[in-house]
This record gives sequence, C-alpha cells and structure tokens, in this order.
Amino acid sequence: MNRRLWGLFALLLLSCAFYMLWGVRAPWSFVLPFRGAKLGALILVGCTVSTASLLFQTITQNRILTPSIMGFDALYLLLLSGAVFWLGGMTVAGAPPQIVFLVTASALIIASLLLFGTLMRSVRGDLLRMVLTGIIFGALFRSLTSFLERMIDPNEFAVVQAASFARFTQIETDLLALSAGVSGLALLRCWVIRHRLDVLALGRDTAMSLGEPPRRLELESLILIAILVSVSTALVGPLAFLGLLVLSLARLITPSEKHAILIPSAGLIAAITLVGGQAVMEHVMALSTPLVVVIDLLGGAVFLALLLKGSGR
Amino acid sequence: MISIQGVSHAIGDKRILNDVTTQIAQGGITALIGPNGAGKSTLLSLIARLEPLQTGRIHVDALEIGACSDQVLAQHLSILPQMADHTPRLTVKELVGFGRYPYNRGRPTAQDDAKVAQALGMFGLNLFADRTLDTLSGGQKQRAHIAMIFAQDTDYVLLDEPLNNLDIAAGRSLMKTLQRMCEDHRKTIVIVLHDINVASRYADQIIAMRDGSVITQGRPAEIVDSALVQDVFETDAPVVTVEGTNLVLM
Repeated sequence: MNRRLWGLFALLLLSCAFYMLWGVRAPWSFVLPFRGAKLGALILVGCTVSTASLLFQTITQNRILTPSIMGFDALYLLLLSGAVFWLGGMTVAGAPPQIVFLVTASALIIASLLLFGTLMRSVRGDLLRMVLTGIIFGALFRSLTSFLERMIDPNEFAVVQAASFARFTQIETDLLALSAGVSGLALLRCWVIRHRLDVLALGRDTAMSLGEPPRRLELESLILIAILVSVSTALVGPLAFLGLLVLSLARLITPSEKHAILIPSAGLIAAITLVGGQAVMEHVMALSTPLVVVIDLLGGAVFLALLLKGSGR
Repeated sequence: MISIQGVSHAIGDKRILNDVTTQIAQGGITALIGPNGAGKSTLLSLIARLEPLQTGRIHVDALEIGACSDQVLAQHLSILPQMADHTPRLTVKELVGFGRYPYNRGRPTAQDDAKVAQALGMFGLNLFADRTLDTLSGGQKQRAHIAMIFAQDTDYVLLDEPLNNLDIAAGRSLMKTLQRMCEDHRKTIVIVLHDINVASRYADQIIAMRDGSVITQGRPAEIVDSALVQDVFETDAPVVTVEGTNLVLM
C-alpha cells in the first residue's frame, strides 16, 4: 500500500515537472513564479476537493455522493451572487478578494450546517432520497443564482460570472496564500481525526458503541467540508465530478477503507489529474479543450456506472 | 447490574416507553421479548445511549448513561445494532480490530493484536480473516460482527435482534456462542428476540414487554406459559414442555 502511495507521489512529481518545464519560451524568472503559482493552486484544489468528497462520503455512508453533487459549490456561488445583489457589484469587486473569500466561506459554513446538518439526519440511509435531495438542492441553488444574476446590473453580473465557471487557466492566485493557510489547517485537522473517521464509517450505532459519538464528529466534518469546498470554489470555480472520479480511482488503486490511506491517495490522484491534465491541455492541446470538460465527462461516466451497478453503499 | 429507573420515552406524540423500572442482573443471557412496537429495541437503544435519554435514569454498574464518558462506557458496554445492509469493504480482521478502538483510539498495540487473534480463533474466522465482508454469507458476517464485540471485551453486551436473516443452523450456532461467552468469559448479554421460543430455550432471564411497559420478568421455565402468551402477545397459543423447555406452539 505504501509503495503505491510513493508511486503516486512520483507520478505527481513527474506531472509537476512536465507542467513547469515543458515548452518554456519566456525568461525563467517570469515562467517559474507564473506557472508555480498556478501549480500550487492546482495541487491545493486537488487536495481540498478529494478530502471534502471523502469526508462527505464518510458521514453520509455512501460512495456516490460528493459535496459538488449535493450542491455545496452551487451554494457558494449563490451566496456570492446574493452578496453582489444586495451589496452591489462594485462593493464586492472593490473589496479585497481575501475579505470576500472569508465572508463567503463563513456564510457557507453556517448555511451548510443549517441545511445539510438537518437534512442529512432525516434522509440518512436512504440513498435514493439523498441523491434526489442533492439534485434538487443543486438545481435550486443554480436557478436562484441565475435568477439573482438576471436581476442585477449587467456590469455587476460580470463579477459573478467570472466565478461561476470552472477555470484552470485563470486561477485566482491572489487568494493563494490565504486559502493555502486556511485549507492547510483544515486538512491537518482531517488528518488528526482520521482514526475517528474510520470508526464513523462503520455506521452511527457502531461508532457510538465504540465510544465515538457520531453527532459531534459529523458536525465537525460538515464544517471542514464547507471550508474545503469554499477554497476550491473560490480558486477555480465549481467542479462537478472531480471528487467522485478521484475517490473511485483511489479505491481502485489503494483498496482500503482507512482514511490514513485514502486521504493521501485521493489527494495525490486529484493533484495528478489536475496538474497532468492541465499540462497536457496547455502544452500539447494548446488549450483547445478545457480540462474541466474532460474531467466531468469521465466523472459523470463513473457516477452513472456506480449508480447503475448499485454499489453506492 | 443494569438498573433502569423510571424511564419513559416518546417520539413526537407517540409514547414508546411508559415509566419502565427494572433491573438486569449480572451474568447470563437476558432476553427482551414482546410484540412489535412494545418498546424492546428502544429500551436497548437507551441503555446503549444510541438515543438520548428523555426521562429516568439508567446505570450500568456505577456508570450513569448520559453522564459518564463515552470512551469509558465503551470499555464496559457494547452493542450490536440491527444489521444494516450496508457493509463497508473491510476485511474481517480489520473489522474485528475496530473492537479495540475504545482502548487504542486507532493505534493498535501488540496486546490489541493478540486480542484480535483470540477473537478470530474463538469465532472460527481464521480462514476468513483476510476476506472482505461483502464476500461473506449472512451468518459469517454476523459472526465477524460478534467477534468485533468480543474483541471489545466489555462486561455487558447488547444485541438487537441478531437472528434476523439467519437460517436455523447459523441462528443456533450464534445462540450457543452467546451462551459460551456467558459461561467462559462471564459476560452479561441483553438480547432483543423476536421468537419467544428462542428466548425460552437459551435465555436465563426473560423480560416480557407490551405497550412500553414491562409485564413480567423471570426465569423462562417459571414464567413462559399460555397465560403469559395471552397477556403479552394477545393470542391463545398452547404451551408445551419439551426437555425442560416451555415452547409455544404456533
């Protein structure tokens, strides 16, 4: 198992080298910081998306749903559009991006605790209802967002629009330092509670029997998920199926139920997918296809396959 | 000893338990029986703190449910919940290893490994140790879960309808294993049973419940008769005695 993790790590280094060093035509002093910032952002997004998805699957006890499918990132965009709508686009665009990020992220934590914290309890254990709730939530948040976008001034709309699509070529690198700090802490916390998450994955009653009260851990996980989703959505926008894709791959490559294995393995696979994929798109395909289209196509296929195979639980 | 004092429980307007006061003595198998909706599983869930206690108090020896630390309680009392269809893709050995979690918080020591090996041997799981749960039959899976509880090494073990979905061979072997755990390892087992005949054959004590109250409590040889069946299940089935066991004829 450890050898496979090291193999993934080597593959990640290779992808990073490919991304950083291929086809350099400008002076190194420009290329290295320019590409380096984007590289850092891609790796960060990979780790946050994969870990948030893993935590979500653990607390909901299924293998099909991820925060994106349940509409977490749609909720982030809704909150952002709401801010533009009520505060005005110039206020939001004029404010330092760090402040906008912190405020939206805090709002997302509260909103997700209220919505998902209560809803999860009533539909837990019923996969079909969970999937339906998630799809309805996602659609609701997206329509509310586009409703707000239609109500606001076209100039202000531009502020929201830039955030609403997944983008890897123009990454918000201003936010990189702050979001690296925030998600670094959140990821560290996930690592600290990895054994407790293993117990929670056995089911709520079994976790209680083993002396691990599920409720507290579920709330903490929801907060961590909201933080991680905020970081990835703020940096690159919504990524519908990346989490599902990399978790399915991680379970295939490092077959284990332990979070101590799955957290690093899914993080590495996500980073490889993003860095390697973006390198191919930028250096080989000359940006003809956005990476997110490829990821969502593959991830969507995995989602369908899991759903049809009925192995969601 | 588990002592239950004045425990009532309601879900919404529906009263599930009505002022239940009873004691479960240490050692042996105590079976909770009664018709559907009598409140047996709820009582068990309250003892195991799977549901928060609304009124009344429950003590397990000196530990008060709801007041003592969850980790300490997990070293004294364990529960096997009703089997969910959800089985994580763990190996049998990994599952049994979780039984040591209350002691090692996920960092197994050599002593934990020995306990796990003992549990695997005791439940005849050595051949399956490295197989994942989803490849096992219902009976084998149930055995793996009970081995986990055994590895948890608690004085009190609660089981919620463990015979569901088991065929007669697996069911008998499970009940005999439980008897052995009581005799050889001095466990106290509280079990919710659907079938009064299984309780009559294997339990040392029976607590009969109806409509959220305890109707009667005692040794099966003394209390299982057609009056009890009439009282608890509201049906006039005859009761016969075979090899010293009172059995209700369907």
